[in-house]
Amino acid sequence: MDIEMKNISKAFGQNKVLRDVNFSIHSGEVHALMGENGAGKSTMMNILTGLLSADGGEILVDGQKTLFKNALDAEQHGIAFIHQEMNNFADMSVVENMFLNRELKKGFGMLDMKTMREQAKDALDKLGVDISVDTPVGSLSVGRQQTIEIAKSLMNKTQVLIMDEPTAALSENEIAKLFTIIGSLREQGVAIIYISHRMEEIFEISDRLTVMRDGLTINTYETSETDVKQIVHDMVGRDMGDFYPDRQPKFGNELLQVKGLTSGDTFKDVNFSVRSGEILAFSGLMGAGRTEIMRAIFGVDKLDSGDIFVNGEKVEIKTPEQAIKHNIGFLTENRKDEGLILDGSLSENIDLPSIDGFTKNGFIDEKADKDFVDMLMKRLGVKAQSSQDLASSLSGGNQQKVVLAKWVGSGAQILILDEPTRGVDVGAKREIYDLMNELTDRGTAIIMVSSDLDEVLGFSDNIVVVYEGKIQGEIATKDATQDKVMTLATGGEINE
Amino acid sequence: MNNTETKKKFNIGEFYSKLGPLVALLVLVIFVSVLNSSFLNINNIMNLLQQISVNALIAFGMQFVILTAGIDLSVGSILALSGAFMAQLILMGCPPIFAFAIGMITGAIFGAVNGVLIAYGKAAPFIATLATAAIFRGATYVLTNGNPITGKTMNNDFSFLFLGQGYLFGIPFQVYVMVIMYALAYVLLHKTTFGRKTYALGGNEKAAFVAGVNTKKITIWIYVIAGFLSAVAGMILTSQLSSAQPDAGTGYEMDAIAAVVLGGTSLAGGKGKMFGTLVGALIIGVLNNGMNLLGISSFYQQIVKGIVILIAVLLDRKQAKA
Repeated sequence: MDIEMKNISKAFGQNKVLRDVNFSIHSGEVHALMGENGAGKSTMMNILTGLLSADGGEILVDGQKTLFKNALDAEQHGIAFIHQEMNNFADMSVVENMFLNRELKKGFGMLDMKTMREQAKDALDKLGVDISVDTPVGSLSVGRQQTIEIAKSLMNKTQVLIMDEPTAALSENEIAKLFTIIGSLREQGVAIIYISHRMEEIFEISDRLTVMRDGLTINTYETSETDVKQIVHDMVGRDMGDFYPDRQPKFGNELLQVKGLTSGDTFKDVNFSVRSGEILAFSGLMGAGRTEIMRAIFGVDKLDSGDIFVNGEKVEIKTPEQAIKHNIGFLTENRKDEGLILDGSLSENIDLPSIDGFTKNGFIDEKADKDFVDMLMKRLGVKAQSSQDLASSLSGGNQQKVVLAKWVGSGAQILILDEPTRGVDVGAKREIYDLMNELTDRGTAIIMVSSDLDEVLGFSDNIVVVYEGKIQGEIATKDATQDKVMTLATGGEINE
Repeated sequence: MNNTETKKKFNIGEFYSKLGPLVALLVLVIFVSVLNSSFLNINNIMNLLQQISVNALIAFGMQFVILTAGIDLSVGSILALSGAFMAQLILMGCPPIFAFAIGMITGAIFGAVNGVLIAYGKAAPFIATLATAAIFRGATYVLTNGNPITGKTMNNDFSFLFLGQGYLFGIPFQVYVMVIMYALAYVLLHKTTFGRKTYALGGNEKAAFVAGVNTKKITIWIYVIAGFLSAVAGMILTSQLSSAQPDAGTGYEMDAIAAVVLGGTSLAGGKGKMFGTLVGALIIGVLNNGMNLLGISSFYQQIVKGIVILIAVLLDRKQAKA
């Protein structure tokens, strides 16, 4: 199926989010769609799939002018949209999820489980994955859940598959599997629209790519005829220089040292230390235990044994409250779940860890509090109307800056950043790196947990690789290569 | 990601959460006073304020609880048990002023029991306080033997009766208690870090915990406040009736929850103002008082109250969706 979107425009109130955009996709093609948050990608896809109606322009499907009434209509015409946040029901089985709302029935309204099981199994087999269709979806990894979404859409004879940030929560292994699946779909003639922020993926998987900015389609390229620099330029409207800022670290004292950290089977005998001025990256596969180690250090989860030293002194950390007293800050990997009060104002979010410092005779010193919040918002470049805006009204990148502002404001000397740039657009990413540089220049020690190998290699001083709850190795970033890190991350050894 | 609408559509739910309670109260007052001119009579106003003070006191405590997305179904039982305890002390010869103090402290302790069950036992607030409501009520029956506690020492003691029956400058004394407690609750919620942490806890408990908020401690204190204010209401009611009734306060949790919700506080936690709850308690008071003045049967009064609460809840949902 070939689709052409011509001169599509859309406005919300006075705000023009799409201005005469053009986009096309042919069967058997992977077409990447790139752009910063707010560029209009999702709106365009929502129009294509009938979730929104366009104010102007037309959609041609195989040359025929078409307008889908709603998502179901689009789905029946073979267009499927796999959203970033999957709509799974965790306690229901794979087959129940796959046939939700289109269950097959026998007489008297009874479910035909046998046929449903067979069809579900068939669809999964086609993708070459071995998952029991009776497993509850919630017990599967995110990668496998995604595979189920794909399988579900294939049962519908999907001809156009839209994937929004499909790899955001996947490990390297799972990404490789996903790409194999995408490759085979392409051979079967399925057209795939692939939305992602990850450059290296785009260049690996796509045939063409289109860049959007501020509601306009800037350019469409054959992927083989362009490069990262050009794309970044198109996305942000200016040259970015190098993607990662230079690191010129000056190391000071050891600020944090841990010895023999152990927690059940999750991680065992973890030892490492980080110095003032250092960015220590934590790499490893999804589920290796990196996040769990950090959560235990910060007192969110319990430790079975092990010692934590801050500034050379042994400390006891059982709750985040105690960790903060020892000048540790923790940006969690899931900012909506544990990082932000979405219904709270920016001010309520930013001053939360520091609020006890803004009291006068037991009352909040509103003036000092406001100055503090305004100063931090300015310093971190949070783009908002005022500190009273709700956190939920900001884009992903700005939300991440709000969480960072919280910890910068708390005066943390040891900052643990778990996936600091996940789901953040290129411009905001660069600003976050610049801020990390500035913080380490002033003596902060940063631990950066990241699943983005590019980022680990491009913006750290030393790399710790975790494999199955153990530290498999530590290498200086200047000596590190993708191969070395991946060898360690998959349980191998490097001998030099 | 593209919901940055510049022209804001009028949303009745959002409007209600900001100004609605006050407008609703005004409309109600105008409506009732047009139908019956004696409503605005100063005696009736004093009467009304006296009638709402018990419910308002409980509702101030309930406000903290509901802000953390919790609920306290045991407030009526705490009211009865602490009232009975206080009456027993007076009968045993304890000076009323000490009996009041001890009664209020016991209320705070009962609240702490709820708080510990919820914070450390990780029990759902609904179930935990449903259970303690039964326990506290049962204990009241045991303590009172199922009969009202009363006696000459109580009936003749001026300082005991003044709390619930006395007047100061022409205003019932219990109204002063309500106003003072409102002021304290207002300051605590809106001007201190405790209040900010309460909102944070209600907005997102996990994020508050990671940001260093001692969520367990805050939770316990919130139920302590609810228990304490219920006990204060219990002291007033006991004084007003000159006796401690074993079934005092039955169903009071519902009026308190209704006042909080009518005042625009979200049952999902994190949103709502103390002023709203005061207005909510006034709405319920005017409704009760007005319907009595208009001679509406108490059977119908129940129905009307139910409908008003439903409307408030539906408006709350509308706001949450917007």
